[in-house]
Amino acid sequence: MNAIIKNLLISAFVLALIAPPAFSAEGSILIKNGTILTVTKGVMVKGDILVINGVIKQIGENIPAPEGIKVIDASGKYVIPGLIDSHTHIALAGTNEGSEAITPEADVGEVVNADDVSILTALSGGVTMVHTMHGSANPIGGPNVVLKMKWGKPSEELIVHEALRTLKFALGENVKQSSRTITVGGPPPRYPQTRMGTNAIIRREMLKARVYMEEWGRYNKLKASKTPPKNLLPPRKDLRMEVLSDLLRGKIVARCHDYQATEALEFMGLAKEFGFKVQALEHAWEAYKIADELAAAKVGISVFADSWAYKMEAAEGIAYDAGYCAKKGVLVSINSDSGERIRRLFNEAGKSMKYGGLTENEALSLITINPAIQLGVEKIVGSLEVGKQGDIAIFNEHPMSAYTRCEMTIIEGDIYFDRAEYLKDREEAYKKAQAPKKGGRP
Amino acid sequence: MTKRMFLVCVIMGLTAGWISAQAQPAKVIAIRGAKIIPVVGDDIEGGTIIIKDGKIEAVGKDVAIPSGAEIVEAKGLCAYPGMIDGYSFLGLQEISGVSATVDNRETGRINPQVRAIEALRYDSMHIPIARSNGITAALVAPTGGLISGQSTLIKLDGWTNREMVIKSQAAMQIEFPGIRGGRGGFGGMGRGGAVTADATRLIAELKELFKNARYYQKRKEFAAKNPAAAQPEFQETLEFILPVVRGELTVMISVHSDKDIKAAIQFVKDENLKAVFFGVEQGWKVADDLKKSNIPVIISSLYDMPPVWDDGYDSLFRNPGVLNKAGVKIAFSSVSASVAKDLPYHAAKAAAFGLDKKEALKAVTIYPAEIFGVDKIMGSLEKGKAANIVLSDGDILETRTNIKKVYIDGQETDMSNRYLELLEKFKKRG
Repeated sequence: MNAIIKNLLISAFVLALIAPPAFSAEGSILIKNGTILTVTKGVMVKGDILVINGVIKQIGENIPAPEGIKVIDASGKYVIPGLIDSHTHIALAGTNEGSEAITPEADVGEVVNADDVSILTALSGGVTMVHTMHGSANPIGGPNVVLKMKWGKPSEELIVHEALRTLKFALGENVKQSSRTITVGGPPPRYPQTRMGTNAIIRREMLKARVYMEEWGRYNKLKASKTPPKNLLPPRKDLRMEVLSDLLRGKIVARCHDYQATEALEFMGLAKEFGFKVQALEHAWEAYKIADELAAAKVGISVFADSWAYKMEAAEGIAYDAGYCAKKGVLVSINSDSGERIRRLFNEAGKSMKYGGLTENEALSLITINPAIQLGVEKIVGSLEVGKQGDIAIFNEHPMSAYTRCEMTIIEGDIYFDRAEYLKDREEAYKKAQAPKKGGRP
Repeated sequence: MTKRMFLVCVIMGLTAGWISAQAQPAKVIAIRGAKIIPVVGDDIEGGTIIIKDGKIEAVGKDVAIPSGAEIVEAKGLCAYPGMIDGYSFLGLQEISGVSATVDNRETGRINPQVRAIEALRYDSMHIPIARSNGITAALVAPTGGLISGQSTLIKLDGWTNREMVIKSQAAMQIEFPGIRGGRGGFGGMGRGGAVTADATRLIAELKELFKNARYYQKRKEFAAKNPAAAQPEFQETLEFILPVVRGELTVMISVHSDKDIKAAIQFVKDENLKAVFFGVEQGWKVADDLKKSNIPVIISSLYDMPPVWDDGYDSLFRNPGVLNKAGVKIAFSSVSASVAKDLPYHAAKAAAFGLDKKEALKAVTIYPAEIFGVDKIMGSLEKGKAANIVLSDGDILETRTNIKKVYIDGQETDMSNRYLELLEKFKKRG
């Protein structure tokens, strides 16, 4: 053996002996003795999870603790994947660009507000990831963004780049501006004011996008040709059409706010007509009426558990919607759509056991693996599996029990919410406030 | 239809009516084998409940079943008293965003004359949904303004609004401003400024009104005794405040911040009112004052954010437990029509944050009954009380528990509801 190589090997061996542990304290954690609900790989009654550098390294019994790692005792508690909310509007500095009916250039990903306390609220309910969306004020809203609830980190670090790019569409009463009062001297009614108009305007934009793509195609082809025409001019760049072109190319998927069965079917018809993908329908309060069509078209739904009857189009939204559709083979997630409901998302998912007859694990899937699939991040989150990111929540009782409480929320191996720590801080702050003040003037 | 067929139908109809009328009196039902959770007293494994004339005739382990009783086998089920919602909009609100279907908010600020019972939509689609989740009675309250009107206590069964009445005028609803001024944003909180709740000015306004009402009363009494004296000019507002100042009608005061709660306690004392508080989100800060005042509390919906972030993320959740430990009588409420069915989950949520589980159950059964002064007739499974009984396959406060049967005044209620009707309709697609 070459002497140089030999020396190198020896020094590598020595280095390995004196080297610090092969993980950073940040992003590494060992959770011990919890009941692990993996969601996709069954339940482990007394197990450990080892997260190294943000990724789940091992799940099993009696995992030895690497030296210097943070260890959490989860005895008697439930360890579950971090919850995922498939439809929210939190952590944004703006929700609706409702001034016009068509605004696909208005990207909420550009106005992420990492200081929104809703992030803390989400964490206190075990939520680690959200799909935060453009509002429903217009037929074509804008792109949405997927965020991790990394409280304290800058906006850019919250964004999950692995997620599918999604574009918000909306139908029905909000788009029709049904609850808006037209006043004398005020702004005139905005087109569309009917469901007919809503479908028509989306079709119009798709036809426009087709022409736009064809024109760019023609230009690029000519430009690349051996003898491009001397007077060749590129078509005008249109930011709206750019986004819609990506939709038609399959680079972006549609997430469409809808309530009624008819508008849902017609939107799915548009998708077929123009060849874009509807990843999920939002709210979809009449999905149970068209469950077979949804399952056949592989269109998922992201719905409330039972918040209904707040407007006319929500008057037939039954609590069985989620469970019934799930049993029919539709990919269902339960969403909060709220900075308040987000902290009891697990309670909402639990209702599908009573209304719809789902099992505990199926109910838990509605807020873990199912929304992960809807967001295209099922390879990195949504269940507890080796190789996935260490996004974990710990609950004191089964997360589908009404009596449960989130104790800890972990993202990529880092603790972002710790109830015990929170209570300790509160106790200290209280003591400090009660203590007689020293010095100061009487 | 021929004349003869018509006649046959009429006779059949009359006979059917006669037969059912004959079958009705002295119906005795025996619910057998259930785990009975009477709420007051110990649980009874494998117990029996006898229902006669709509009332509970007997409850216990070894209760003889009268011959001829209709037997309901309830082995494996739990029997609970029906739950009571401490504050709801049931029957006053169908589709909250469609004003044509909303009757819980009168215009103006001072409306003691309006009565919830007079607008109660007895066939609201929300009532059977709440009922089939084990809720058998509810306070239905008007809201808005300073004096919102008179709430009503109803049972969740009946073919007319008046058939549903337990107490047609349960309380005069008074509302102090919420701490909600401090919040804003899209379902969020904390974007707004400081806490705005301050009831001082409103209390002064109420005191003035009450003083005028008392004076109005005196003038009326004087006129009644002295034929020569003219009656005071009729004043609607004062007229309908009279039962309150006379201490005949309870006031339910919607009050939220610690400061306002203290002010409201003093107000109740000064005016010598019969009072219940509603909301009381910062009650945990003044639990001892509340205890001393003996004023019971209807906890507002827990589906809300802490009024101020400094109260702690879990302040609403732990508030009921703190109040209960301090000895304040509490009851839960849905503050809803469309999700009034969630009443038990508010109680369970509080139990997750420190309220004793048994106390949580009491706070949806016997405590609201006591607060509304109907504990002699409902709120627990005890001899002599109305047979408001819920049979379930588990803990009634758990989300997954299925409710199998609900009895109100001894009558088995219809478990169908809007959810199931629509589900069944579309299941037919196959």
